Amino acid sequence: MAEGLYTKRFDGRTFEECRPMTAKVGVVPSADGSASFETGDTKAIAVVRGPRTLHPQHMQNPRTGILRVSYGMMPFSVWDRIRPGPSRRSEEIGKVSEWALSSVVDLSGFPNTVVDVFIQIPKADAGTRVAGLNAAAMALAHAGLPMKEMLSAIAAGKADKTLLVDVDKAEEDFHDGEGATDIPLAITSRSKEIALLQLDGKISPEELTTSIEMAKKACDDILKVQMEALKNAGVQNG
Amino acid sequence: MAEKTRQIVIPGETICTGNEFLPGDGAYRDKTDIVANRYGIANVFEKHVKVTPVTGAYYPRRGNTMIATIVDITFNGWLLDFGGAGNAFLPVSEVSRYVNKNEMKEFLDFGESVIVKVWDVKARGVDASMKMRGFGKIEGGMILTVGPNKVPRIIGREGSMVKMIKDATGCNVTVGQNGKVWVSGNDTGMEVATKKIIEFITENATIAGLTAKVENFIKDMGLKNNKPEIIAENTDEDKATEEVEN
Repeated sequence: MAEGLYTKRFDGRTFEECRPMTAKVGVVPSADGSASFETGDTKAIAVVRGPRTLHPQHMQNPRTGILRVSYGMMPFSVWDRIRPGPSRRSEEIGKVSEWALSSVVDLSGFPNTVVDVFIQIPKADAGTRVAGLNAAAMALAHAGLPMKEMLSAIAAGKADKTLLVDVDKAEEDFHDGEGATDIPLAITSRSKEIALLQLDGKISPEELTTSIEMAKKACDDILKVQMEALKNAGVQNG
Repeated sequence: MAEKTRQIVIPGETICTGNEFLPGDGAYRDKTDIVANRYGIANVFEKHVKVTPVTGAYYPRRGNTMIATIVDITFNGWLLDFGGAGNAFLPVSEVSRYVNKNEMKEFLDFGESVIVKVWDVKARGVDASMKMRGFGKIEGGMILTVGPNKVPRIIGREGSMVKMIKDATGCNVTVGQNGKVWVSGNDTGMEVATKKIIEFITENATIAGLTAKVENFIKDMGLKNNKPEIIAENTDEDKATEEVEN
């Protein structure tokens, strides 16, 4: 795919290639489950606490436990300081992450309880919500909660006419030609269903289908990293 | 044909394939595959597949010993906080002596701690009992929180670790599966020493050959030396009675 203005990636990757990834489980000892996930210069830490009784009581659901996800970027995670505390953007990302994770986690065995997931971004270079989801899925598994399957997420995208995966900040800000398109996607590990799909920018239906296929391939690589991290942590504990 | 394999599995991973396998705790069937729905160790025992979680919060099981705190008093029992999802219920009928329902506070008050047995785990709650010997209200001593995942290391193989701590310090140590340990002894110094040993175990829980390390740690504290000397001072008669008691 060498036509258009973006023919070679800034960091020399191929267009189907993710940034180097590292994953770790059990990074926060006091939590019930925790994990960190790093791709390139983006890092996410996820902490799971619960299941525990939900207060205020009127929010309790007697049929099932509920999942509550909060997302936040640390003030020093980007070049110009981010004002700490909740913002419109962080509330939205927390909510979409919650919906994505709800499709794999099964809390019907814990009525009237809540499972809290806290995602923090200490280092951001685009793709923070998908890094957060990767870390959160590992942290939920690490917390020993029932899950139908795992979840892996990736930001597919387009710079000018070129389709690519794992968009970094420089590519997200690509202004020439058709500009940049950013498509965060979350794919479940077993049934390969889409748990999250957002789209920011312009893209044709054909290109979108191709992007999703590319993202699914990339998610297989991410799943391998997640699995390895979980299995290694298990060896230590056993 | 009893086959048994152990492997670490993650949610959504196929453990084995075949219609003859039966999914148990932590597993489900997807067509012919048996799939894990928890992160943990998969056990395949005679076609029965289950996954035991190795990390995470405490989930009570029937027969567990818990150290819990009274958080509410109802008309026919107490609600206990055991550090997991929800509360356990201890009915008045499951305590070792008669309690007047108007004076339940006199027997167990808010904030007091008890050692209880998990009597039943139902879909909507946990029932506790403290009728048996060794269970009851906690008076004196101190309660340490170690986390449910460290409990097997503190107990040791067939209780060897707990026995070692008890022998070294002379303190009474009760381990609750919910990750709490009650230490009580006649001597506060010894209680503190026990606390230090238990903290050492939790800090080094992932290290292989922990028993030997703890033995050395106890020796370094100068505790192990006391015990054999006392026994050596005993006459043969005392020793004999001790053995009978055991």
